[in-house]
Amino acid sequence: MSFAYAPAPESRAIVDIAPSYGLFIDGEFTEAADGRVFKTVSPSTEEMLSEVAQAGEADIDRAVKAARKAFGTWSALPGSERAKYLFRIARIVQERSRELAVLETLDNGKPIRETRDADLPLVAAHFFYYAGWADKLDHAGFGASPRPLGVAGQVIPWNFPLLMLAWKIAPALATGNTVVLKPAETTPLSALFFADICRQAGLPKGVVNIVPGYGDAGAALVAHPDVNKVAFTGSTAVGKEIARTVAGTRKKVTLELGGKGANIVFDDAPIDQAVEGIVTGIFFNQGQVCCAGSRLLVQESIQDELLESLKRRLSTLRLGDPLDKNTDIGAINSAEQLTRITALAEQGEAEGAERWSPACELPSSGYWFAPTLFTGVTQAHTIARDEIFGPVLSVLTFRTPEEAVAKANNTQYGLSAGIWTEKGSRILAVASKLRAGVIWSNTFNKFDPTSPFGGYKESGFGREGGRHGLEAYLDV
Amino acid sequence: MPTTASSPRLPASLGEQGGAPAHPLSDVASSDSTLRRFLHGLPGVDAVGLEARAASLGTRSIKTTAKAYAIDLAISMVDLTTLEGADTPGKVRSLGAKAAHPDPTDRTAPTTAAVCVYPDMVAVAKEAVAGSGVKVASVATAFPAGRAALEVKLGDVREAVAAGADEIDMVIDRGAFLSGRYMKVYEEIVAVKEACGQRARLKVIFETGELSTYDNIRRASWLGMLAGADFIKTSTGKVAVNATPANTLLMLEAVRDFRAQTGIQIGVKPAGGIRTSKDAVKFLVLVNETAGEDWLDNHWFRFGASSLLNDLLMQRQKLATGRYSGPDYVTVD
Repeated sequence: MSFAYAPAPESRAIVDIAPSYGLFIDGEFTEAADGRVFKTVSPSTEEMLSEVAQAGEADIDRAVKAARKAFGTWSALPGSERAKYLFRIARIVQERSRELAVLETLDNGKPIRETRDADLPLVAAHFFYYAGWADKLDHAGFGASPRPLGVAGQVIPWNFPLLMLAWKIAPALATGNTVVLKPAETTPLSALFFADICRQAGLPKGVVNIVPGYGDAGAALVAHPDVNKVAFTGSTAVGKEIARTVAGTRKKVTLELGGKGANIVFDDAPIDQAVEGIVTGIFFNQGQVCCAGSRLLVQESIQDELLESLKRRLSTLRLGDPLDKNTDIGAINSAEQLTRITALAEQGEAEGAERWSPACELPSSGYWFAPTLFTGVTQAHTIARDEIFGPVLSVLTFRTPEEAVAKANNTQYGLSAGIWTEKGSRILAVASKLRAGVIWSNTFNKFDPTSPFGGYKESGFGREGGRHGLEAYLDV
Repeated sequence: MPTTASSPRLPASLGEQGGAPAHPLSDVASSDSTLRRFLHGLPGVDAVGLEARAASLGTRSIKTTAKAYAIDLAISMVDLTTLEGADTPGKVRSLGAKAAHPDPTDRTAPTTAAVCVYPDMVAVAKEAVAGSGVKVASVATAFPAGRAALEVKLGDVREAVAAGADEIDMVIDRGAFLSGRYMKVYEEIVAVKEACGQRARLKVIFETGELSTYDNIRRASWLGMLAGADFIKTSTGKVAVNATPANTLLMLEAVRDFRAQTGIQIGVKPAGGIRTSKDAVKFLVLVNETAGEDWLDNHWFRFGASSLLNDLLMQRQKLATGRYSGPDYVTVD
């Protein structure tokens, strides 16, 4: 007999998903002007969860007008008053965190242990953190009485729906801006629940508007003449389009785009912890993380030992029902994303890299991809250059620190990197040469609201989080 | 997903009579300097990462059938212990009776792995558990401080073995270890192992709370295994910091890596401070997901705990009856 963990599913009963949802504009849920709706499904089962109103150009205009109207009163409030609302939102998020965690897992496909232990605590932390800044903006280092920009048009991705919402909305409100936010079409539900939290917190009408929809709604929001600030997190391709749209306007813009993070393991690294960091780096949220450590750069002398440990560790990962508290790997967010991951993995094989996955049974319905490791990858392989945004790790080797740095920097991206070594001076020496916005040492994928986050090169510009994150929403 | 297939299990001790065990790493201890170089060449331990991993494994949700399995497994792994200056034959006899029949109301409860006593109580304990399959372990070697001449320690061990002990729990000389005299520690373990002979398995206690750093704990683990320990054990239960999920995880990594390099399987015993079923189950998860299921029986994994057993029994009763009866429904010892 073996120690087989019995299923431990979190109860779905804690979340009450309505059969349909409207757009949240000026404090009310309303239908789309043209009456269009779209369906949102659970990626792990393909079960339909709800029907959601689909915002079009007219709805975006309505939402921006509502935000504009609210901006007058919201920005005139003393910072300490705005802080009260933000603290209230943070506390409600904490109180409802179990419900929101289950909802997010249903709508996104990521495991409950991640929504419960990572997403929701960070969402609350971001609101708490920026609530603390709301009445201290004079002391943030941007001069006396920095002014808000106005209406912020925000477009967020599907990989961390509620967390990206928090990253966007918390600093915007703290600094006195009002918000029109478009969540991704595959994961609109937690944003709509957040709209309900805004009402529960008594937030004045129009300060936060949520307009679910497709890319056309996002484009309309970005292009709207009365939007003063654009914030986008998503793919580099869309980011470039947005940059073209806002070029020549007075809009301020921040872009958080793709990445191809290098996770560099030196021969004196703490091996067991490095293995954990590699797993966290690329298999957290099924690898659907822009700062994922998708390129493992391992020193040749320990390659065999490290890969053996890594493969053994991957064999203990548990893939399956994301609502099960023991699940480590959940579902891929959409059929479209699964197709893209599958195609890139096949290309990796076709180009001669060696593919490996642990023995692993995939559920029959839903969108699933087994954790995958490619060895024998070189800089010339597509899987070493293109962002896969899935649970696929490319393993490359290096011989000297110079070579590691050169390879790590040889990418069009520059969002994240990791360094594993027991030698402190090497951490500092290597980190100072890496062109990446976030560099972790002896850890990976750790987030904190006090720490700024953002990229170099095609990973975007501007910073979110920390004191730096305020700047993007202030006229400084 | 299933765990990886493991390499074939080999006998715990391939020890040659009168010397250090023969295995691919035997040469490591050929001199003080080779031993030091080897121990200091082991991969480092990042404390933050190690503790984070232990904590994350602690969030596994073990329910229903898995819980019932884990509780029975944990009971069968308990070394039921009395190590008091006030121990009497009567106390040891009642401990032995409890080890053989942990739950008088339910004879299906498994026996514990062993009773653990001071050397002078081994004969009493041996008689008390006769015929039950419960082993008798004895803390010899000037437990718990270990501050005595080697001859005294060996005399302690010989007395316990002669009285019939199946297992010897020895403490290492932490002073020698911390001052870098690894060879002294190594030679003591080899000598005690020799005194155990073929009859008794040797558990080597590091007192991890006194070794202070995780790097030291990893070095001590390898030192113990190289010197022929059958088990490596966290602590005596007599200091402030005893077994923790992190130091046990680290030792499980050590035995896993040692088997990969030498083919020799070594047991692990966390001791002290594990009081609840919930804690015990967390340790079993660590075993399952670190060393693997080859270590999931009482030949390879033990709990050094005395108050743990009653909580396991109460949880077991609750699973069986659906009701929680309370401490008066299990025996005091």
